[in-house]
Amino acid sequence: MYPAAFEYLAPSTFEEAIELLERHGPGAKLLAGGCSLVPLMKLRLAQPTHIVDLGRVPDAAGIREEDGVLRIGAMTREADLVRSAAVVGRYPILVDTCSVIADPTVRNMGTVGGNLVHGDPANDHPATMMALRASFVALCASGSRIVPAEEFFLGLFETALGPAEILTEIRIPAPVPGSGGAYVKFERQVGDFAIAAAAAWVRLDGDRVADASIVLTNAGPTAIRARAAETVIAGRVPETMTLREAGEAAREGLEPWPDLRGSRDVKRHLAGVAVERALRAAVGRARDDGGDRV
Amino acid sequence: MSVFGSSVLRVEDRRLLLGEGEYVDDVRVPEALHVALVRSTYAHARIRGIDVSAVVGMPGVVAVETAATLGALNGPHPHPTWFPPAKALLDRVKPTLRPEVIRLLADGKVRYVGEPIVAVVATDRYLAEDALGQVVVDYEPLPVVVDPELSLAPGATLLNDDWGDNLAAHFVIRAGDADRAFTTADQVVRRRIAMPRSTPTPIENRGVVALPDRRSGGLTVWSSSQWPHRLRDALEQVLKLTGGRIRVVAPDVGGGFGVKSMVYPEELLAPTLALKYRRPVRWTDSRRENFVSGTHARDQIHDIELALRADGTIMGLRDRFLVDAGASNVECLVCPYNSAAHLPGPYRIPSLEIECFTVLTNKTPNAAARGAGRPEAVFAMEGILDAAADELGLDRVEMRRRNILRAEEMPHDHGILYRDGVPLVLDGGDYLGGLEDALEALGFEALRAEQALLRGQGRYLGIGVAGYIEGTGVGPYESARIRVDPSGQVIVAIGPPSQGQSHETTFAQICADGLGVAMEDVRVVQGDTAVLPWGMGTIASRTAVVVGNAVGIAARGLRDKALRAAADLLEVSPGDLRHENGRITVAGSPEVSMRLGQLATRVGPGGGRLGEIGPGLEEHAGFQPPTVTFANGVHACAVEVDIETGQISIRRYVVSHDCGRLINPRVVEGQILGGLAQGLGAALFEELVYDEMGQLVNGSLADYGMPRATDMPPVVVLHRETPSERNPLGIKGVGEAGGIPVAAAIVSAVGDALRPLGVDISTCPLTPARVLEQIAAARSRTA
Repeated sequence: MYPAAFEYLAPSTFEEAIELLERHGPGAKLLAGGCSLVPLMKLRLAQPTHIVDLGRVPDAAGIREEDGVLRIGAMTREADLVRSAAVVGRYPILVDTCSVIADPTVRNMGTVGGNLVHGDPANDHPATMMALRASFVALCASGSRIVPAEEFFLGLFETALGPAEILTEIRIPAPVPGSGGAYVKFERQVGDFAIAAAAAWVRLDGDRVADASIVLTNAGPTAIRARAAETVIAGRVPETMTLREAGEAAREGLEPWPDLRGSRDVKRHLAGVAVERALRAAVGRARDDGGDRV
Repeated sequence: MSVFGSSVLRVEDRRLLLGEGEYVDDVRVPEALHVALVRSTYAHARIRGIDVSAVVGMPGVVAVETAATLGALNGPHPHPTWFPPAKALLDRVKPTLRPEVIRLLADGKVRYVGEPIVAVVATDRYLAEDALGQVVVDYEPLPVVVDPELSLAPGATLLNDDWGDNLAAHFVIRAGDADRAFTTADQVVRRRIAMPRSTPTPIENRGVVALPDRRSGGLTVWSSSQWPHRLRDALEQVLKLTGGRIRVVAPDVGGGFGVKSMVYPEELLAPTLALKYRRPVRWTDSRRENFVSGTHARDQIHDIELALRADGTIMGLRDRFLVDAGASNVECLVCPYNSAAHLPGPYRIPSLEIECFTVLTNKTPNAAARGAGRPEAVFAMEGILDAAADELGLDRVEMRRRNILRAEEMPHDHGILYRDGVPLVLDGGDYLGGLEDALEALGFEALRAEQALLRGQGRYLGIGVAGYIEGTGVGPYESARIRVDPSGQVIVAIGPPSQGQSHETTFAQICADGLGVAMEDVRVVQGDTAVLPWGMGTIASRTAVVVGNAVGIAARGLRDKALRAAADLLEVSPGDLRHENGRITVAGSPEVSMRLGQLATRVGPGGGRLGEIGPGLEEHAGFQPPTVTFANGVHACAVEVDIETGQISIRRYVVSHDCGRLINPRVVEGQILGGLAQGLGAALFEELVYDEMGQLVNGSLADYGMPRATDMPPVVVLHRETPSERNPLGIKGVGEAGGIPVAAAIVSAVGDALRPLGVDISTCPLTPARVLEQIAAARSRTA
């Protein structure tokens, strides 16, 4: 658990960081909170030649809602997100998600951007960001572009980011009337990765579901949409049996990898339960007239 | 006023909580060389060759060592922690035992993944690790055996070619007429109950620093050890360096739980290399190494049966159990015999026949860990009691009530020997009373009613109860040397080191009372063979009992000595003197007095008077218990199981225990809660999983579930204090007790919750996946 030698670089702007990535090529790795990269280095599964630490880039972290968009700086620590006045009360799904990521010690270091760009299907933010239809700001030498969350996760540990491109900001549409979201995770114990988890977002029109996104964590090579479950509830009154049907639909064709957290059957079963319970909580929040929130 | 029995704050906390403790890795020695180890990636293989040519000349690399370069020093040496049990036990039980050996580095063959093969020695650890990847070991893979039953089967691959099989130890113990009990029983109930392999996982991994001493030609060795004196003895043997030239120190130790009670190859290797190079050499375990290099725990399979009367009375117990010792049975019969001897537990068992097979497999050696065979025994016994109650149609709690021993039955002879060769006679306590205490605090009757109500609503509440006994305070003996210095400060030197047991607090309490000084004036020094050359380990819930009583005896002895010396100096009769709060006064003449420090000066060489008490104001005394003394108790809990997710929530947990007189109730409670946390790990999270190639699949803290603060349920701890009659202070040990019945109680509760579904659980940990699988299996059985 002793990393191989590397050079440590601490740029003071994103632009400088991009220049360093280009200069040092594939051996250079960005360091955000270090919660994924550093363990890999200690096991020598990753042996970067250069570490480009984003910790000293000003304004890389921060949370604010403006013009109907919640903007989260990629270097925002999980602990700051979960305590943010802009988030608490208005984005309970983010609080759900954030508070089940690892443990408080990790959340003090771990960043929202790092959780996303690692491309680990076991991480919790990807499903929630997809369910909320978030988009990501990606910066490279030629400028910035916006990538929808749904198009960002390409495969296991693989994202749409180019080799010298940095995720700088996460943008989430602000809650609209009748909307609600929730994230439900089943884990062996606090701090563990999910056996199964689901993010659900719904918008109600009267009694009926006008729109919904349901996304599963750790059920495939990336976070994956449970489209069949979305179809089940579309236009219907989200009663207990309907939600159960949605959970059942989410299991169809699902092929999670068996591991020590659970067999394929167990994971498939729990994914369905997570969908059902996340939907129930999301619908509850959507119905609650305590103001717009997700 | 007595400080014995009061919850004074821990003396060691300030240092430890401020980060001012000194653990092995904090010990600074100049110009130390660092060892990194090439460990076997195969579970079973011959080593055809080792090519280190690419390493020679790498930056910082000073040497590369193999079995060949170490020669005779590499061994095989008799294994320092393999020693047979007491002669009385050998004579009566006549176990089959195969002696074990230890090698510093693997020689010709590896038998588990993680076995050290090559030591790379460099000027820093990072450079040493860089070089590891360049060592090429040419393995010839051999068949691998990971299943202990297959290991016993004819034709199994052999771990030791000269053994002819893989049976490391075998014995049978008997009491009463079990055959008759089973042929005349109204009902016989059988189960296979298994407790899987786990690892104790202290926060501080192992580590060793060896510093050659130029003047003596010897060594000072710091090791994160529960038993520095045994390491000293082992080093003297291996290095053939005697005459007090090897000093072993266990500094602050960040948890032991048994894993640091062994002597390991690395602990012999670093000192050997330090002598060879005449330079300090150090090695610190990484967490990843610790998963395969530190001893594992549990891993027993019991085929257990009870002979019963229709009313639930137990007539006889039979058990045939396997202990998977891994690649080397490093502690002989410690866990196997502990399991056997503790199986009857707090219950009335008129006849028994227990047969044990301790078997080698291609896994990391398995040895004692907190409870050392007892949690496994309790798990098997409580499991079969549940099965018996269910099959007889009795309430599971009523089943215990009918069979647990009562105060009027004490002392009770289980009819077998304890591991020390002395008849296992339970020495007092009200076990039934303890059970009733636990049930009352749990709110048992109300919970049973609620359970029925909730079942109607599709909710699954369960109640679990598990009783245990623990032989604590095993001998042979310990000693304490107490000295008063001229300032009046009292120094208590003891052998075994603390790994969290609060020695600096509790032994100061005992000394303060015995000697008659303020606790603040007492300093306890420990775990250093130069401070006290005699000592067994801080293991087996023994230190409070054996060291504590030695401290008490030495303190009272020193008090008498002080009075005799003062009487001599003041020219009065000792009977006229009083000693209180560090001051000796003459009865009736309060103006004539002498502080203890003044007396120390007067009888010290500087004071110039060698009196009849001998040099200095000092006493060295020992205590030898007649045999162990039995702590006991009952744990009871209520859990609710979400049958859709397999998640278990523990609503309430009650510990009712009796560890004799409490030196410090807060320390006792800490021990119990710490043990409980580890038991919770066993019940819900912890299992080391090997694949069929003998690879550890989950050897990291990302994969292996450890209990965390957030996993702890609300716990009520109830004390009963039945003084032990086997030592002057009336103490029984408590270091392990907290963890012994926890898995049994929780698994019993989960089983109780899921009974309506036909679930019958006989293993752990109960992860959500395992609970769901048990429910699915029960449903497919009943479908």
